[in-house]
Amino acid sequence: MNAIKKYLGIIWLLMAPVVIYFLVAGAIANIDPAGKKDINNPVIWIIIIAIFTPIIIGLMIFGWYAFKGEYGHLPESSAELKE
Amino acid sequence: MNEPISSKTIRSVIAASSVGTMIEWYDFYIFGMLAKTISTQFFPEGNATAALLSTLAIFAAGFIVRPFGALVFGRLGDLIGRKYTFLLTLVLMGCSTFLIGLVPGYKAIGIAAPLLVLLLRLIQGLALGGEYGGAATYVAEHATAGKRGYYTSWIQTTATLGLFVALAVIMLVKLNMTDVSFNEEWGGWRYPFWISILLVAISVYIRLKMKESPLFAKLKSEGKTSVNPLKESFSHKPNFKMVLLALFGAVMGQGVIWYTGQFYAQNFLETKCNIEFEQSRTIMLWAIAFATPFFLFFGWLSDKIGRKWIMMAGMLLGILTYRPIFNTFLQDSKVDHQTIESAIKIQVGEEQKHLVELESNKGVVEVVSKKFYLPGWNFTRVIKDTLYNNRPGERLVSQPVYNDIHLDIVTYLKFIFLVFLLILYVTMVYGPIAAFLVELFPTKIRYTSMSLPYHIGNGVFGGLVPFIGLLLTTTYPADPLVGLWYPIAVAALCFIIGTIYLTNKIDKDVTD
Repeated sequence: MNAIKKYLGIIWLLMAPVVIYFLVAGAIANIDPAGKKDINNPVIWIIIIAIFTPIIIGLMIFGWYAFKGEYGHLPESSAELKE
Repeated sequence: MNEPISSKTIRSVIAASSVGTMIEWYDFYIFGMLAKTISTQFFPEGNATAALLSTLAIFAAGFIVRPFGALVFGRLGDLIGRKYTFLLTLVLMGCSTFLIGLVPGYKAIGIAAPLLVLLLRLIQGLALGGEYGGAATYVAEHATAGKRGYYTSWIQTTATLGLFVALAVIMLVKLNMTDVSFNEEWGGWRYPFWISILLVAISVYIRLKMKESPLFAKLKSEGKTSVNPLKESFSHKPNFKMVLLALFGAVMGQGVIWYTGQFYAQNFLETKCNIEFEQSRTIMLWAIAFATPFFLFFGWLSDKIGRKWIMMAGMLLGILTYRPIFNTFLQDSKVDHQTIESAIKIQVGEEQKHLVELESNKGVVEVVSKKFYLPGWNFTRVIKDTLYNNRPGERLVSQPVYNDIHLDIVTYLKFIFLVFLLILYVTMVYGPIAAFLVELFPTKIRYTSMSLPYHIGNGVFGGLVPFIGLLLTTTYPADPLVGLWYPIAVAALCFIIGTIYLTNKIDKDVTD
């Protein structure tokens, strides 16, 4: 199981730039000052990309930790979190 | 814990926390539910600044301010204590909601109106971000080990009950007056905002009588509280990796299941199935009423068999059944040629016609509506043809749209059952999650550490369901169910991460 956890880490790591790519591509394709839908509104895209970027970076870090085997053992007490 | 807590005390703790949190959800929802009326009063069409402020009020409050509120109040809760922090969030929420109901419209005070509403809405988002973590932590830190899931599941009912109360209050007000009285500047739409101050006053009174969480009080008396909870939560690697695991392995999927079951479903019934206002609302109300006890059931069950598999099962059921369920909504409310033919043989109402002017005097839209009756159900057919002034005699014919659909009793009951199923999945993922999050983090940074992933999961991943749904529907218009791929994909990713990385073990000792 630990090997699966580890190698899946690479997928989470690679998934992050793919999500960012789709978000930016979606923004470029749909922003339209003349449009009336939410997806045409640049402000919404700016908010979403701004809030999603740190989350995606979080997914990359999660993938990196997983790849390094950090999730091989989960802490069973708070004492382990203090180490 | 050092001293056992009496069942009377724990009942008061649960009641004080749950009522306050429910009121906060009620406050947050009524703005969204009354968005259409609010936008006509405060954000008039054609004004670019007002449109920008409207966008910020709707999107920034959920996406940015809620997680930010989680950080601000989470930090405060870990520094000064749970009791005063979630008392503060309650007062902020109640006052801002009440004040939204008092802001004069755009016609009276111009751009100051949308600016004030935006400011108050942002305070609402901030307060909501701080409330949940405090309430869940407060209850969990009073609970005994074998009942943590059950006790905190009362907090988990509050989001759904807040939605229930908001739906019911708005429906009651709306049913007791005309549409004109409801939508006018100082009309009925303001009543749900004013009611909030009464609810908050009661809740503040109850909460003031409560004591600080015993675990936090002990930590404080020993001088062991965190000096910098934000730093300890997010820059201390052992904690931070658990924050990431909580987000990607549990809360992200829970957020989309929650939003799809309660909000996307309602919106789908109203806009894609075109079911009339009263029936679509009562379908939701009945389904919520039947499903709500299951929050408690799954919270209780999680104390017996662990939290993980209940949450994962809820996600898996959503992944597998969303498309069939929503497809049934669509098919069973569909009006086809045969239905029209049958109705013509039974009863057809009078044809109503009116004209709507196009912008810049380009022409008119001729709106022709006609009501059709079948045994037990009825609907209105609307045809909108456009007539341009510069093309005399030419008529741009539109496809008929069938709306105000009133379902027959069998289909109505079937829809209640299907929405009940959707909310049952919500109870599975949401019922045990407070206990799960509480057990993941140590007392001194618990409020901060659990609040942020919770509000990113719910506010951002859940809150994006309608936006990404619209994006997908616009990109792939042939499939009316394409919007469901977003919650399905996020829930599937979370299911895989949760299944592989999470443990089902219950942490019996949260005193450390």
